[in-house]
Amino acid sequence: MTERPSIGASHSTSGIRLSERTWGYLLASPAFLLVGLVAVAPIAAALWLSLHRRLPVFGVEEFVGLWNYVQLWSDDRFWAACRTTLYFTALSVAAELLLGFGLALLLDGLTSGTGGSPRWAQGMIVVPWAIPTVVSAQIWAWLFQPDFGLLNYLLHQVRLITRPIDWLANPDWAIHAAIVMDVWKTAPFAALLLLAGLKTVPRDLYAAARVDGAGAWQQFRHITLPLLMPVVVIVLIFRTMDAVRVFDAVYVLTGGGPGNSTETLSIYAYKTLFQTLQFGYGSTLATAMFLIVAALSSLYLLLLRRHLQETT
Amino acid sequence: MSDAGENGRRGVMRWYRSRGLALCALALAGLFCLGPVLWQAVTSIKTDEDLVRLPPIVPERVTAAHYERVLFQSPLVQSLMNSALVAASATAVAIVVGGLCAFALARLPIAGKPVILGLVLATSMFPPIAVISPLYLLMRSLGLRDTLIAVGLTHAVYALPLAIWILTSFFRQLPGELYYAARVDGCTPLRALLSVFLPLARPGLAVAGLLVFIFSWNEFMFALTLTASDATRTAPVAVALFPGLYEIPWGDIAAASLVVTLPVAGLAALFQRHIVAGLTAGSVKG
Repeated sequence: MTERPSIGASHSTSGIRLSERTWGYLLASPAFLLVGLVAVAPIAAALWLSLHRRLPVFGVEEFVGLWNYVQLWSDDRFWAACRTTLYFTALSVAAELLLGFGLALLLDGLTSGTGGSPRWAQGMIVVPWAIPTVVSAQIWAWLFQPDFGLLNYLLHQVRLITRPIDWLANPDWAIHAAIVMDVWKTAPFAALLLLAGLKTVPRDLYAAARVDGAGAWQQFRHITLPLLMPVVVIVLIFRTMDAVRVFDAVYVLTGGGPGNSTETLSIYAYKTLFQTLQFGYGSTLATAMFLIVAALSSLYLLLLRRHLQETT
Repeated sequence: MSDAGENGRRGVMRWYRSRGLALCALALAGLFCLGPVLWQAVTSIKTDEDLVRLPPIVPERVTAAHYERVLFQSPLVQSLMNSALVAASATAVAIVVGGLCAFALARLPIAGKPVILGLVLATSMFPPIAVISPLYLLMRSLGLRDTLIAVGLTHAVYALPLAIWILTSFFRQLPGELYYAARVDGCTPLRALLSVFLPLARPGLAVAGLLVFIFSWNEFMFALTLTASDATRTAPVAVALFPGLYEIPWGDIAAASLVVTLPVAGLAALFQRHIVAGLTAGSVKG
């Protein structure tokens, strides 16, 4: 916080006239400094580290150029992590969007149809969003527990299963368990944004459509969906970015196991960095991930811009 | 004509035939959202014998033993205080620094505003894993590893984009004439911000502060990496690394989970309208 005094100083010497523009840079500079120091510089440093072989345990530290990236290309565990991340992202984002839309329509219908205030209902769907991810992972770990977990008990009661399933110890089930947890945690977020979007749709559009004889589905298809498209795109962007970077949820629920069946890119990079202490190769994984996220987000921004240009 | 009336009635109840059906759907949605949390609450008051027994779903005997254990015989209280300290200072730093920057972006003629706002948005999309190792080395070389300062500072910076984004949109909603009037009266831009804009933007500050606080309270990866002892661990780290000697202490974990969740869930439920306003600021334009 070395930049704070500079503002105070220029304020006390306000006898000297500063231009509006100078003031602007002065006021914005602490933010730039902090972001530069704690966010931008580390990115550059990670890039630099990724060109090294660094094993502090063995006292190894040497420049190896792009060797780590060559190794990355033939690293099966990296590609497996890519597939896991992609699978997790695609399934959870799709489910969140659908479920979020359902929740939003339900809450919106309650206000416009019956006149009831949905404030408490909205408060109810804020809860999963506000819960710390770590806590929600523990909540679901207990629900998925094979012997005394509620899920197995309920499924057994309705005779869907005959013997308990060890959800988190089975490589096929574990990733889906993680997806269910993530959907529970974040569908409400999608619902909140979509609900806010629904409230901006002019009600007389529906009235006009009804006069023209449009049914519920047609109203949804030709009024609600097109007008909500920008919000849908925003939700897609936010949720995709979060899902691609997923760490806490899966790390606490399964630790990336069993085997490496739920190991996402973030978890693989984290383990390489802080469990096997390979700072060089770990940084290569982290940088690769940064590049993937950067590519995805520029793609999305492009999409968004084109869409906004079309609609406005 | 009767057909139009039929459609009109259907339109009011667009997505369900009757209010009863809607309430059923709402109850299901409520069960989906709150059920897992309620189950955790039930678990936290079950006796150790009842924990390994199902049915009954609703226990006949209840106990406060798990709460006593996590509150008096574990480092959880220390972690809660650490979290409160970290989240409060991260919020303060993010609001002050972000507020100054947002004011400059909203009212002052600096070059390349769209680029800066774009970069702000881009930083919020950084995968934290990409910066974690250099950040760890940086904090270690500054002698800040395993301190609350390291965690708080990191949280403040990663919450900055959010704060800047929200506050910029709030400052932009205030009439520009106010700013010019203050300037004509001889205020410096900083004075204009402090005595004219800040009082008017109080709702925006509250929203941004709330979201930063919740972000910091819940954050896990940075807190896990930058701390190494009970003295500095934040609450989510404590919940994730809950010690189990022989078997997983589900009752204790449930009690700890609820204690850690209560502050943020309470804040969120209390101020949910503001939170929605903040989350949608800039992303949903009316």
